[in-house]
Amino acid sequence: MTEPTRRSILAILAENNRLTPEDIATMLGLSTEEVVNFIHDMEEQRIILKYNTLINWEKAGEEMVEALIDVRVQPQREVGFDTVAERIYRFPEVQNVYLMSGGYDLSVLIQGKSMKDVAFFVAEKLATIDYVQSTATHFVLKKYKQDAVIFEDQEEDRRLVVSP
Amino acid sequence: MNTASFISPVIQALPPSGIRKFFDLVAESKDIISLGVGEPDFVTPWHIREASMYSLEKGYTMYTSNYGLLELREEISKYLARTFGVTYDMRTELLVTVGASEGVDIAMRALLCPGDEVLIPDPSYVSYMPCVVMAGGKAVMVPTRVEDEFKLNPEILESMITPRSKILMLSFPNNPTGATMTAEELKPIAEIAEKHNLVVVSDEIYAELSYGEKPVSFAALPGMKERTVLLSGFSKAFAMTGWRVGYIAANPDFLAAMVKIHQFTILCAPVTGQMAALEALRNGETEMRRMVSTYDQRRRFIVSGFREMGLDCFEPRGAFYAFPSIKSTGLNSEEFCERLLQDAKLAVVPGTAFGPSGEGHIRCSYAYSIDQLKEALKRMKQFLATL
Repeated sequence: MTEPTRRSILAILAENNRLTPEDIATMLGLSTEEVVNFIHDMEEQRIILKYNTLINWEKAGEEMVEALIDVRVQPQREVGFDTVAERIYRFPEVQNVYLMSGGYDLSVLIQGKSMKDVAFFVAEKLATIDYVQSTATHFVLKKYKQDAVIFEDQEEDRRLVVSP
Repeated sequence: MNTASFISPVIQALPPSGIRKFFDLVAESKDIISLGVGEPDFVTPWHIREASMYSLEKGYTMYTSNYGLLELREEISKYLARTFGVTYDMRTELLVTVGASEGVDIAMRALLCPGDEVLIPDPSYVSYMPCVVMAGGKAVMVPTRVEDEFKLNPEILESMITPRSKILMLSFPNNPTGATMTAEELKPIAEIAEKHNLVVVSDEIYAELSYGEKPVSFAALPGMKERTVLLSGFSKAFAMTGWRVGYIAANPDFLAAMVKIHQFTILCAPVTGQMAALEALRNGETEMRRMVSTYDQRRRFIVSGFREMGLDCFEPRGAFYAFPSIKSTGLNSEEFCERLLQDAKLAVVPGTAFGPSGEGHIRCSYAYSIDQLKEALKRMKQFLATL
């Protein structure tokens, strides 16, 4: 399997993971077996990590608060930021953790039921971790776009139904 | 006042578009899904839309040169050179038009004398024949056949040449068949053009949408540039149908003649569209290639779907149409499409809307998402089972 083909399979799955290996095989002119084996391989290597569904929870009526926390960390000798990051990302409330360049070190996305919930988590759990120097909490007020998907105003098919 | 009697006999005699008739039928139906659309499902990439808005903010609202913006012609010249290996002078050999459609019209009007014959592959795009007729020419339909994968067969072509033959219209990749012709396959056509001293008007609007083959321009064949009028534009490759921007590349004499018509009828292509086209050529090729590879995936998907349900479907290698045969059903193209629409709520276009040689086939566009294609194939399969 060529490198562009491998990338195409991953790109197709990233866009729509409900397509079956049969569908993908047809789309790329491969055998189903090739695609099944490749996907299996990718899962095993943890290149494919998870098959997600992007949901607009607010519209689904779910009470949910998210906050982005800028965390400044005192790096530790030998292990750098990784140990502190792990202490943070093990909490189930934590959705994303990124090491950042610039004015702070870790960017942490936290999900909670309420603002109080999130604030409590930051004060009690996050700020108290060893080597965490400071935190700045920014609550998400509205989501416009996530994972390349625009939440409102989806571009509809405006074409005539039949045209030459 | 008998208003109808004032209409020119030439226009009165023009048959209405077969597509139009079918469109009206579809427009009356409810809950249909359509594979009838001849344009990309992608909206114009945002950077192109954004660039056109910026041009409006900066006040680009005036006429441009009759030829079109010089910067745009410069980019077109570079684009044709890097994509097809054919070079055109931006000052004397390029004209920006209102879509490739305007190109068909003014090429015919600039070149045809009354009674001159134009050889047109059949089936092909709906406007060639009317443009020829409106320019006073005679359209000679050259059948293409499924056994040739709807490529132009040199022997059939040559058998239809007469002393009045003046223009050969080429339209590959082809709408509606999806047929393409490689440089090798075009060689005998070039020999015929040379032997009979034909001008070749080559509509290459779908050239970028060639799958598994490098896009070819007829003008790039040895010795052919001088006798070729190359028509193209931004509609299909850059998903810019509604902007109406195309171009003509031709030798200075032909171009000057076409500019005469263009300057008196159109003046210039809309400047906002030209600005968008400029952005498309400068920064749009990555996104264009992404769209092309998506069409390619859908192409395999739909062709395989038709074959699995027992419809003969030759492999289309260009544009975004599959052209399966429905002869096995015993229905003709129009009956098939009407019943498919009524019974299965699926709209496709009868092959005959594009010329008599389209009989026995239907044009199915795959400018739709895989999920939509799946649903369409499901309906088609159910419909076939009821026949």
